[in-house]
Amino acid sequence: MNKADAVIRFNDVSKTFRRRDGRGDFVAVDHLSFAIAEGEIVAVLGKTGCGKSTMFNIVAGLTEASSGEVSVLGHHPFRDFDFFRGKIGIVFQNDRLMPWRSALDNVLLGLQILNIEPKQAEETARRWLERLGLSGHVDDYPHALSGGMRQRVSIARAFAVDPEILLCDEPFSALDEMTARDLRAEFVRLVRQSHKTAVFITHQINEAMEIGDRLMLFHRPARIAYEAQLKNLSGEAGRKNVQDEIMRQLIAEPAASETAA
Amino acid sequence: MNRSRVTRLLQGAASMLVLAAGWQALSYVFPHYLFPPVQDIIVRTVEVLITPALLWDVILTALRIFGGLLGAFIFGAVLAMLMGQSRTAENFVSPVLTFFQGIPALSWVVFAIIWFKGIEFRVLFIMVMTTLPAFTFQILDAFRSMSKDLFEMTMSFRPSRWTLFRVLIVPTIVPGILTAWKVNLGNAARVVVVAELVGATGGVGYELLRQQQLFDMAGAMAWTLQLVIFVLVVQQAINAVEAWALRYRAVSERAL
Repeated sequence: MNKADAVIRFNDVSKTFRRRDGRGDFVAVDHLSFAIAEGEIVAVLGKTGCGKSTMFNIVAGLTEASSGEVSVLGHHPFRDFDFFRGKIGIVFQNDRLMPWRSALDNVLLGLQILNIEPKQAEETARRWLERLGLSGHVDDYPHALSGGMRQRVSIARAFAVDPEILLCDEPFSALDEMTARDLRAEFVRLVRQSHKTAVFITHQINEAMEIGDRLMLFHRPARIAYEAQLKNLSGEAGRKNVQDEIMRQLIAEPAASETAA
Repeated sequence: MNRSRVTRLLQGAASMLVLAAGWQALSYVFPHYLFPPVQDIIVRTVEVLITPALLWDVILTALRIFGGLLGAFIFGAVLAMLMGQSRTAENFVSPVLTFFQGIPALSWVVFAIIWFKGIEFRVLFIMVMTTLPAFTFQILDAFRSMSKDLFEMTMSFRPSRWTLFRVLIVPTIVPGILTAWKVNLGNAARVVVVAELVGATGGVGYELLRQQQLFDMAGAMAWTLQLVIFVLVVQQAINAVEAWALRYRAVSERAL
Protein backbone atom coordinates (compact mmCIF):
# COMPACT_ATOMS: atom_id res chain seq x y z
CA MET A 1 0.00 0.00 0.00
CA ASN A 2 1.18 3.46 -0.81
CA LYS A 3 1.73 5.06 2.57
CA ALA A 4 0.70 8.41 1.16
CA ASP A 5 -2.83 6.97 0.63
CA ALA A 6 -3.07 5.61 4.15
CA VAL A 7 -5.91 6.82 6.32
CA ILE A 8 -3.86 6.13 9.45
CA ARG A 9 -0.12 6.36 9.27
CA PHE A 10 2.52 5.90 11.94
CA ASN A 11 6.08 6.69 10.94
CA ASP A 12 8.77 5.84 13.50
CA VAL A 13 6.51 6.80 16.38
CA SER A 14 7.62 6.52 19.97
CA LYS A 15 5.87 7.36 23.21
CA THR A 16 7.65 7.72 26.50
CA PHE A 17 6.06 8.36 29.87
CA ARG A 18 7.93 10.16 32.60
CA ARG A 19 7.88 8.33 35.92
CA ARG A 20 7.88 10.25 39.18
CA ASP A 21 9.64 7.63 41.25
CA GLY A 22 13.06 8.14 39.69
CA ARG A 23 13.12 4.80 37.88
CA GLY A 24 13.68 6.45 34.55
CA ASP A 25 11.24 7.04 31.71
CA PHE A 26 8.89 4.30 30.58
CA VAL A 27 8.82 3.52 26.85
CA ALA A 28 5.35 2.42 25.81
CA VAL A 29 5.73 2.67 22.02
CA ASP A 30 9.07 2.08 20.36
CA HIS A 31 9.70 3.37 16.82
CA LEU A 32 6.41 2.00 15.53
CA SER A 33 5.55 2.28 11.86
CA PHE A 34 2.46 1.07 10.02
CA ALA A 35 -0.20 2.24 7.62
CA ILE A 36 -3.90 1.47 7.42
CA ALA A 37 -5.87 1.94 4.21
CA GLU A 38 -9.39 3.26 3.85
CA GLY A 39 -12.04 0.63 4.59
CA GLU A 40 -9.52 -1.74 6.15
CA ILE A 41 -10.25 -3.47 9.45
CA VAL A 42 -7.02 -4.03 11.32
CA ALA A 43 -6.86 -6.14 14.44
CA VAL A 44 -4.05 -5.26 16.83
CA LEU A 45 -3.08 -8.13 19.04
CA GLY A 46 -0.62 -8.40 21.90
CA LYS A 47 -0.12 -9.26 25.50
CA THR A 48 -1.44 -7.02 28.23
CA GLY A 49 0.84 -4.03 28.68
CA CYS A 50 2.51 -4.23 25.27
CA GLY A 51 1.46 -0.69 24.32
CA LYS A 52 -1.65 -1.41 22.25
CA SER A 53 -3.78 1.03 24.23
CA THR A 54 -1.08 3.71 24.11
CA MET A 55 -0.98 3.38 20.31
CA PHE A 56 -4.76 3.53 20.34
CA ASN A 57 -4.76 6.72 22.43
CA ILE A 58 -2.27 8.33 20.02
CA VAL A 59 -4.49 7.53 17.02
CA ALA A 60 -7.52 8.79 18.94
CA GLY A 61 -5.72 12.03 19.76
CA LEU A 62 -6.03 11.47 23.49
CA THR A 63 -2.28 11.53 23.97
CA GLU A 64 0.55 12.89 21.87
CA ALA A 65 3.46 10.88 20.53
CA SER A 66 6.87 11.77 21.96
CA SER A 67 8.50 11.49 18.54
CA GLY A 68 7.78 10.41 14.99
CA GLU A 69 5.02 11.28 12.59
CA VAL A 70 1.38 10.45 13.15
CA SER A 71 -1.18 11.15 10.49
CA VAL A 72 -4.90 10.37 10.60
CA LEU A 73 -6.90 11.48 7.56
CA GLY A 74 -3.92 13.64 6.70
CA HIS A 75 -3.99 15.54 9.99
CA HIS A 76 -2.35 15.37 13.39
CA PRO A 77 -4.88 13.71 15.71
CA PHE A 78 -3.73 15.50 18.87
CA ARG A 79 -3.04 18.99 17.54
CA ASP A 80 -5.79 19.35 14.91
CA PHE A 81 -8.51 19.09 17.53
CA ASP A 82 -11.48 20.59 15.68
CA PHE A 83 -10.77 18.80 12.38
CA PHE A 84 -11.64 15.43 13.87
CA ARG A 85 -15.07 16.42 15.17
CA GLY A 86 -17.43 13.70 13.91
CA LYS A 87 -14.66 11.82 12.13
CA ILE A 88 -13.61 9.30 14.77
CA GLY A 89 -15.90 7.00 16.71
CA ILE A 90 -14.47 5.17 19.69
CA VAL A 91 -15.67 2.13 21.59
CA PHE A 92 -13.73 1.80 24.81
CA GLN A 93 -13.01 -1.24 26.93
CA ASN A 94 -15.53 -0.11 29.50
CA ASP A 95 -18.72 1.47 28.23
CA ARG A 96 -17.97 4.96 29.64
CA LEU A 97 -21.63 5.89 29.62
CA MET A 98 -22.61 9.07 31.41
CA PRO A 99 -24.59 7.81 34.41
CA TRP A 100 -26.83 10.89 34.45
CA ARG A 101 -27.97 10.33 30.85
CA SER A 102 -30.43 7.72 29.66
CA ALA A 103 -29.44 5.24 26.95
CA LEU A 104 -30.96 7.53 24.33
CA ASP A 105 -29.26 10.63 25.70
CA ASN A 106 -25.91 8.84 25.81
CA VAL A 107 -26.22 7.99 22.12
CA LEU A 108 -27.28 11.58 21.46
CA LEU A 109 -24.10 12.97 23.03
CA GLY A 110 -21.96 12.93 19.89
CA LEU A 111 -24.82 14.20 17.73
CA GLN A 112 -25.39 17.11 20.12
CA ILE A 113 -21.70 17.97 20.02
CA LEU A 114 -21.94 18.00 16.23
CA ASN A 115 -24.94 20.36 16.51
CA ILE A 116 -27.17 18.01 14.53
CA GLU A 117 -30.77 19.28 14.41
CA PRO A 118 -32.47 17.82 17.54
CA LYS A 119 -35.29 15.95 15.80
CA GLN A 120 -32.94 14.38 13.29
CA ALA A 121 -30.45 13.55 16.05
CA GLU A 122 -33.12 11.79 18.07
CA GLU A 123 -34.27 9.80 15.05
CA THR A 124 -30.69 8.73 14.37
CA ALA A 125 -30.10 7.76 18.00
CA ARG A 126 -33.33 5.77 18.21
CA ARG A 127 -32.54 4.02 14.94
CA TRP A 128 -29.14 2.90 16.23
CA LEU A 129 -30.56 1.71 19.52
CA GLU A 130 -33.17 -0.27 17.60
CA ARG A 131 -30.50 -1.82 15.37
CA LEU A 132 -28.70 -2.97 18.48
CA GLY A 133 -31.82 -4.41 20.08
CA LEU A 134 -32.30 -1.71 22.70
CA SER A 135 -35.51 -0.01 21.56
CA GLY A 136 -37.19 -1.10 24.80
CA HIS A 137 -34.51 0.55 26.94
CA VAL A 138 -34.12 4.03 25.48
CA ASP A 139 -35.18 5.77 28.68
CA ASP A 140 -33.24 3.51 31.07
CA TYR A 141 -30.28 4.89 32.96
CA PRO A 142 -27.01 2.94 32.65
CA HIS A 143 -27.31 1.44 36.14
CA ALA A 144 -30.49 -0.32 35.00
CA LEU A 145 -28.77 -1.94 32.01
CA SER A 146 -26.69 -5.09 31.93
CA GLY A 147 -23.03 -4.95 30.92
CA GLY A 148 -23.83 -6.18 27.44
CA MET A 149 -26.58 -3.62 27.02
CA ARG A 150 -24.31 -0.81 28.17
CA GLN A 151 -21.67 -1.83 25.67
CA ARG A 152 -24.33 -1.89 22.93
CA VAL A 153 -25.23 1.67 23.87
CA SER A 154 -21.57 2.67 23.61
CA ILE A 155 -21.37 1.02 20.18
CA ALA A 156 -24.51 2.87 19.10
CA ARG A 157 -22.97 6.12 20.39
CA ALA A 158 -19.83 5.55 18.31
CA PHE A 159 -21.73 4.66 15.12
CA ALA A 160 -24.40 7.35 15.46
CA VAL A 161 -22.04 10.18 14.45
CA ASP A 162 -21.22 8.23 11.25
CA PRO A 163 -17.47 8.49 11.72
CA GLU A 164 -14.91 7.76 9.03
CA ILE A 165 -12.75 5.81 11.44
CA LEU A 166 -13.76 3.44 14.22
CA LEU A 167 -11.39 2.72 17.06
CA CYS A 168 -12.17 -0.11 19.46
CA ASP A 169 -10.10 -0.89 22.52
CA GLU A 170 -10.96 -4.42 23.69
CA PRO A 171 -14.65 -3.53 23.66
CA PHE A 172 -15.87 -7.01 24.54
CA SER A 173 -13.25 -8.04 27.09
CA ALA A 174 -15.44 -7.21 30.07
CA LEU A 175 -18.31 -9.36 28.84
CA ASP A 176 -19.06 -13.05 29.16
CA GLU A 177 -18.19 -15.19 26.12
CA MET A 178 -21.78 -15.64 24.86
CA THR A 179 -22.59 -11.93 25.02
CA ALA A 180 -19.19 -11.04 23.55
CA ARG A 181 -19.70 -13.45 20.68
CA ASP A 182 -23.09 -12.01 19.78
CA LEU A 183 -21.88 -8.42 20.03
CA ARG A 184 -18.72 -9.17 18.08
CA ALA A 185 -20.76 -10.63 15.21
CA GLU A 186 -23.08 -7.63 15.28
CA PHE A 187 -20.15 -5.23 15.36
CA VAL A 188 -18.38 -6.88 12.39
CA ARG A 189 -21.61 -6.80 10.41
CA LEU A 190 -22.11 -3.09 11.11
CA VAL A 191 -18.51 -2.19 10.26
CA ARG A 192 -18.50 -4.13 7.00
CA GLN A 193 -21.89 -2.77 5.94
CA SER A 194 -20.71 0.79 6.48
CA HIS A 195 -17.24 0.26 4.90
CA LYS A 196 -15.57 2.12 7.68
CA THR A 197 -11.90 2.00 8.52
CA ALA A 198 -11.49 0.28 11.87
CA VAL A 199 -8.72 -0.45 14.32
CA PHE A 200 -9.63 -3.17 16.79
CA ILE A 201 -7.48 -3.80 19.83
CA THR A 202 -7.67 -7.24 21.41
CA HIS A 203 -5.63 -9.68 23.38
CA GLN A 204 -7.60 -12.69 22.07
CA ILE A 205 -6.25 -14.45 19.00
CA ASN A 206 -9.62 -15.85 17.92
CA GLU A 207 -11.25 -12.46 18.18
CA ALA A 208 -8.50 -10.86 16.08
CA MET A 209 -8.79 -13.55 13.42
CA GLU A 210 -12.59 -13.24 13.33
CA ILE A 211 -12.72 -9.49 13.02
CA GLY A 212 -9.71 -8.27 11.06
CA ASP A 213 -8.79 -8.06 7.37
CA ARG A 214 -5.24 -7.72 8.64
CA LEU A 215 -3.58 -8.50 11.92
CA MET A 216 -0.66 -6.82 13.63
CA LEU A 217 0.96 -8.51 16.59
CA PHE A 218 2.74 -6.17 18.97
CA HIS A 219 5.61 -6.98 21.23
CA ARG A 220 6.41 -4.81 24.23
CA PRO A 221 7.12 -1.89 23.90
CA ALA A 222 4.66 -1.47 21.04
CA ARG A 223 6.44 -2.56 17.91
CA ILE A 224 5.23 -4.90 15.21
CA ALA A 225 6.52 -8.44 15.75
CA TYR A 226 4.29 -10.08 13.14
CA GLU A 227 1.81 -9.04 10.50
CA ALA A 228 -0.63 -11.14 8.51
CA GLN A 229 -3.27 -10.61 5.85
CA LEU A 230 -6.41 -12.46 6.96
CA LYS A 231 -8.70 -11.75 4.01
CA ASN A 232 -7.37 -14.32 1.57
CA LEU A 233 -6.23 -17.11 3.86
CA SER A 234 -6.51 -20.52 2.24
CA GLY A 235 -9.09 -22.18 4.50
CA GLU A 236 -8.45 -23.80 7.84
CA ALA A 237 -4.84 -24.58 7.06
CA GLY A 238 -4.11 -20.96 6.37
CA ARG A 239 -5.79 -19.86 9.59
CA LYS A 240 -3.90 -22.48 11.58
CA ASN A 241 -0.59 -21.33 10.14
CA VAL A 242 -1.29 -17.79 11.22
CA GLN A 243 -2.44 -18.87 14.68
CA ASP A 244 0.64 -21.04 15.13
CA GLU A 245 2.91 -18.20 14.09
CA ILE A 246 1.15 -15.85 16.51
CA MET A 247 1.60 -18.34 19.35
CA ARG A 248 5.26 -18.80 18.41
CA GLN A 249 5.79 -15.06 18.44
CA LEU A 250 4.01 -14.66 21.76
CA ILE A 251 6.10 -17.39 23.35
CA ALA A 252 9.27 -15.94 21.87
CA GLU A 253 8.51 -12.48 23.23
CA PRO A 254 11.16 -11.38 25.75
CA ALA A 255 10.09 -11.75 29.39
CA ALA A 256 7.86 -8.96 30.68
CA SER A 257 10.04 -6.29 32.26
CA GLU A 258 9.44 -2.59 32.11
CA THR A 259 11.50 -0.87 29.47
CA ALA A 260 13.34 2.04 30.98
CA ALA A 261 14.88 4.73 28.85
CA MET B 1 -44.75 7.85 50.97
CA ASN B 2 -42.83 4.60 51.47
CA ARG B 3 -42.58 2.78 54.75
CA SER B 4 -38.94 3.53 55.52
CA ARG B 5 -39.56 7.25 55.02
CA VAL B 6 -42.60 7.16 57.32
CA THR B 7 -40.56 5.25 59.91
CA ARG B 8 -37.79 7.84 59.71
CA LEU B 9 -40.27 10.70 60.14
CA LEU B 10 -41.93 9.03 63.11
CA GLN B 11 -38.59 8.35 64.77
CA GLY B 12 -37.54 11.97 64.19
CA ALA B 13 -40.82 13.24 65.64
CA ALA B 14 -40.44 10.95 68.63
CA SER B 15 -36.96 12.29 69.41
CA MET B 16 -38.28 15.88 69.20
CA LEU B 17 -41.09 14.96 71.58
CA VAL B 18 -38.58 13.53 74.03
CA LEU B 19 -36.59 16.78 73.82
CA ALA B 20 -39.73 18.85 74.39
CA ALA B 21 -40.79 16.62 77.29
CA GLY B 22 -37.38 17.07 78.89
CA TRP B 23 -37.65 20.85 78.51
CA GLN B 24 -41.18 20.83 79.96
CA ALA B 25 -39.95 18.83 82.95
CA LEU B 26 -37.25 21.44 83.52
CA SER B 27 -39.88 24.20 83.35
CA TYR B 28 -41.62 22.58 86.33
CA VAL B 29 -38.39 22.64 88.32
CA PHE B 30 -36.84 25.97 87.40
CA PRO B 31 -38.31 29.51 87.22
CA HIS B 32 -40.10 30.28 83.95
CA TYR B 33 -37.73 33.11 83.10
CA LEU B 34 -35.03 30.40 82.82
CA PHE B 35 -37.10 27.55 81.37
CA PRO B 36 -40.43 28.81 80.00
CA PRO B 37 -43.09 26.12 79.39
CA VAL B 38 -43.21 24.57 75.91
CA GLN B 39 -46.67 26.02 75.25
CA ASP B 40 -45.40 29.58 75.90
CA ILE B 41 -42.56 29.06 73.43
CA ILE B 42 -44.97 27.71 70.82
CA VAL B 43 -47.30 30.69 71.27
CA ARG B 44 -44.43 33.16 70.87
CA THR B 45 -43.11 31.28 67.82
CA VAL B 46 -46.48 31.39 66.11
CA GLU B 47 -46.83 35.05 67.08
CA VAL B 48 -43.66 35.86 65.12
CA LEU B 49 -44.98 34.05 62.06
CA ILE B 50 -48.38 35.76 62.02
CA THR B 51 -47.23 39.28 62.87
CA PRO B 52 -46.13 41.02 59.66
CA ALA B 53 -43.56 43.30 61.33
CA LEU B 54 -41.95 40.35 63.10
CA LEU B 55 -42.18 38.04 60.10
CA TRP B 56 -40.29 40.65 58.10
CA ASP B 57 -37.31 40.16 60.44
CA VAL B 58 -37.33 36.44 59.63
CA ILE B 59 -37.58 37.17 55.90
CA LEU B 60 -34.77 39.73 56.16
CA THR B 61 -32.47 37.17 57.77
CA ALA B 62 -33.46 34.59 55.16
CA LEU B 63 -32.64 37.03 52.35
CA ARG B 64 -29.29 37.84 53.92
CA ILE B 65 -28.48 34.12 54.18
CA PHE B 66 -29.43 33.51 50.54
CA GLY B 67 -27.62 36.61 49.36
CA GLY B 68 -24.44 35.64 51.18
CA LEU B 69 -24.56 32.02 50.05
CA LEU B 70 -25.31 33.00 46.46
CA GLY B 71 -22.43 35.48 46.43
CA ALA B 72 -20.05 32.93 47.93
CA PHE B 73 -21.27 30.24 45.54
CA ILE B 74 -20.73 32.39 42.44
CA PHE B 75 -17.29 33.61 43.51
CA GLY B 76 -16.38 30.16 44.78
CA ALA B 77 -17.44 28.47 41.54
CA VAL B 78 -15.40 30.90 39.44
CA LEU B 79 -12.35 30.47 41.68
CA ALA B 80 -12.75 26.69 41.69
CA MET B 81 -12.93 26.52 37.89
CA LEU B 82 -9.82 28.72 37.62
CA MET B 83 -7.94 26.65 40.18
CA GLY B 84 -9.05 23.44 38.51
CA GLN B 85 -7.66 24.54 35.17
CA SER B 86 -4.46 26.23 36.35
CA ARG B 87 -1.93 24.97 38.88
CA THR B 88 -0.54 28.50 39.11
CA ALA B 89 -3.96 29.87 40.03
CA GLU B 90 -4.37 27.16 42.63
CA ASN B 91 -0.93 27.84 44.09
CA PHE B 92 -1.84 31.52 44.51
CA VAL B 93 -5.45 31.22 45.64
CA SER B 94 -5.41 28.17 47.88
CA PRO B 95 -3.18 29.58 50.65
CA VAL B 96 -5.28 32.76 50.76
CA LEU B 97 -8.50 30.81 51.11
CA THR B 98 -6.96 28.58 53.76
CA PHE B 99 -5.91 31.71 55.63
CA PHE B 100 -9.45 33.09 55.37
CA GLN B 101 -10.84 29.83 56.67
CA GLY B 102 -8.87 30.29 59.87
CA ILE B 103 -10.39 33.72 60.58
CA PRO B 104 -13.35 33.43 63.04
CA ALA B 105 -16.71 34.76 61.95
CA LEU B 106 -16.64 37.31 64.76
CA SER B 107 -13.41 38.77 63.39
CA TRP B 108 -15.07 39.27 60.00
CA VAL B 109 -17.93 41.03 61.81
CA VAL B 110 -15.49 43.43 63.48
CA PHE B 111 -13.66 44.06 60.16
CA ALA B 112 -16.96 44.74 58.40
CA ILE B 113 -18.13 47.21 61.06
CA ILE B 114 -14.84 49.09 60.87
CA TRP B 115 -14.56 49.09 57.04
CA PHE B 116 -18.12 49.56 55.82
CA LYS B 117 -20.95 51.90 56.62
CA GLY B 118 -23.96 50.15 55.04
CA ILE B 119 -25.56 47.46 57.20
CA GLU B 120 -26.63 45.20 54.33
CA PHE B 121 -23.22 45.32 52.65
CA ARG B 122 -21.58 44.54 55.99
CA VAL B 123 -23.74 41.44 56.43
CA LEU B 124 -23.22 40.37 52.82
CA PHE B 125 -19.46 40.81 53.19
CA ILE B 126 -19.40 38.74 56.39
CA MET B 127 -21.53 35.97 54.86
CA VAL B 128 -19.44 35.77 51.69
CA MET B 129 -16.07 35.80 53.44
CA THR B 130 -17.05 33.10 55.93
CA THR B 131 -18.54 30.68 53.38
CA LEU B 132 -16.36 31.40 50.30
CA PRO B 133 -13.47 29.06 51.21
CA ALA B 134 -15.75 26.08 51.86
CA PHE B 135 -17.67 26.62 48.62
CA THR B 136 -14.47 26.98 46.62
CA PHE B 137 -12.77 23.90 48.00
CA GLN B 138 -15.90 21.76 47.77
CA ILE B 139 -16.57 22.72 44.16
CA LEU B 140 -12.89 22.26 43.31
CA ASP B 141 -13.00 18.77 44.85
CA ALA B 142 -16.10 17.96 42.83
CA PHE B 143 -14.37 19.20 39.66
CA ARG B 144 -11.28 17.11 40.43
CA SER B 145 -13.47 14.05 40.98
CA MET B 146 -14.47 14.16 37.31
CA SER B 147 -13.91 10.74 35.79
CA LYS B 148 -10.88 10.56 33.49
CA ASP B 149 -12.69 7.90 31.48
CA LEU B 150 -15.72 10.12 30.91
CA PHE B 151 -13.47 13.09 30.13
CA GLU B 152 -11.58 11.13 27.46
CA MET B 153 -14.80 9.73 26.03
CA THR B 154 -16.31 13.20 25.75
CA MET B 155 -13.10 14.68 24.30
CA SER B 156 -13.09 11.95 21.65
CA PHE B 157 -16.09 13.76 20.15
CA ARG B 158 -14.07 17.02 20.12
CA PRO B 159 -16.53 19.31 21.87
CA SER B 160 -16.08 23.06 22.21
CA ARG B 161 -15.11 24.33 25.69
CA TRP B 162 -18.64 25.51 26.38
CA THR B 163 -20.13 22.19 25.29
CA LEU B 164 -17.63 20.29 27.46
CA PHE B 165 -18.64 22.48 30.39
CA ARG B 166 -22.32 21.91 29.75
CA VAL B 167 -22.38 18.16 29.03
CA LEU B 168 -19.69 16.92 31.40
CA ILE B 169 -18.38 19.42 33.93
CA VAL B 170 -21.72 20.72 35.19
CA PRO B 171 -23.32 17.27 35.71
CA THR B 172 -20.12 16.11 37.41
CA ILE B 173 -20.00 18.93 39.94
CA VAL B 174 -23.74 19.18 40.67
CA PRO B 175 -23.63 16.60 43.53
CA GLY B 176 -20.71 18.49 45.11
CA ILE B 177 -22.51 21.81 44.71
CA LEU B 178 -25.64 20.51 46.40
CA THR B 179 -23.59 19.12 49.28
CA ALA B 180 -21.76 22.44 49.58
CA TRP B 181 -25.07 24.29 49.83
CA LYS B 182 -26.36 21.94 52.53
CA VAL B 183 -23.16 22.20 54.57
CA ASN B 184 -22.81 25.96 54.20
CA LEU B 185 -26.48 26.64 54.94
CA GLY B 186 -26.10 25.66 58.59
CA ASN B 187 -22.85 27.60 58.83
CA ALA B 188 -24.42 30.65 57.21
CA ALA B 189 -27.40 30.59 59.59
CA ARG B 190 -25.04 30.70 62.56
CA VAL B 191 -22.88 33.44 61.06
CA VAL B 192 -25.77 35.69 60.07
CA VAL B 193 -27.09 35.70 63.62
CA VAL B 194 -23.70 36.86 64.89
CA ALA B 195 -23.50 39.51 62.16
CA GLU B 196 -26.99 40.81 62.97
CA LEU B 197 -26.39 40.66 66.70
CA VAL B 198 -23.45 43.00 66.49
CA GLY B 199 -23.85 45.03 63.35
CA ALA B 200 -27.45 45.23 62.15
CA THR B 201 -30.89 46.61 62.92
CA GLY B 202 -33.54 44.09 62.05
CA GLY B 203 -33.30 40.38 61.49
CA VAL B 204 -33.33 37.34 63.77
CA GLY B 205 -29.96 38.19 65.32
CA TYR B 206 -31.11 41.70 66.18
CA GLU B 207 -34.32 40.32 67.73
CA LEU B 208 -32.28 37.81 69.77
CA LEU B 209 -30.29 40.73 71.16
CA ARG B 210 -33.58 42.45 72.12
CA GLN B 211 -34.82 39.30 73.91
CA GLN B 212 -31.53 39.09 75.80
CA GLN B 213 -31.89 42.70 76.91
CA LEU B 214 -35.47 42.00 78.04
CA PHE B 215 -34.38 38.77 79.74
CA ASP B 216 -37.13 37.05 77.76
CA MET B 217 -36.21 33.38 77.41
CA ALA B 218 -39.45 32.43 75.65
CA GLY B 219 -38.82 35.15 73.09
CA ALA B 220 -35.19 34.05 72.64
CA MET B 221 -36.36 30.45 72.06
CA ALA B 222 -39.07 31.60 69.67
CA TRP B 223 -36.62 33.57 67.51
CA THR B 224 -34.10 30.75 67.63
CA LEU B 225 -36.78 28.36 66.42
CA GLN B 226 -37.45 30.65 63.45
CA LEU B 227 -33.91 30.09 62.29
CA VAL B 228 -33.98 26.37 63.01
CA ILE B 229 -37.26 25.93 61.12
CA PHE B 230 -35.91 27.99 58.23
CA VAL B 231 -32.76 25.88 57.97
CA LEU B 232 -34.77 22.64 58.19
CA VAL B 233 -37.21 23.78 55.48
CA VAL B 234 -34.46 24.92 53.13
CA GLN B 235 -32.45 21.73 53.72
CA GLN B 236 -35.51 19.67 52.84
CA ALA B 237 -35.92 21.74 49.69
CA ILE B 238 -32.28 21.11 48.78
CA ASN B 239 -32.77 17.41 49.52
CA ALA B 240 -35.74 17.37 47.17
CA VAL B 241 -33.70 19.09 44.45
CA GLU B 242 -30.89 16.63 45.09
CA ALA B 243 -33.24 13.64 44.86
CA TRP B 244 -34.49 14.89 41.48
CA ALA B 245 -31.08 15.92 40.15
CA LEU B 246 -29.46 12.64 41.18
CA ARG B 247 -32.38 10.36 40.27
CA TYR B 248 -30.10 8.50 37.89
CA ARG B 249 -28.11 7.03 40.76
CA ALA B 250 -28.56 3.35 41.57
CA VAL B 251 -29.61 2.60 45.13
CA SER B 252 -28.95 -0.77 46.70
CA GLU B 253 -31.87 -2.49 48.34
CA ARG B 254 -29.55 -2.83 51.28
CA ALA B 255 -29.15 0.94 51.57
CA LEU B 256 -30.22 2.44 54.90
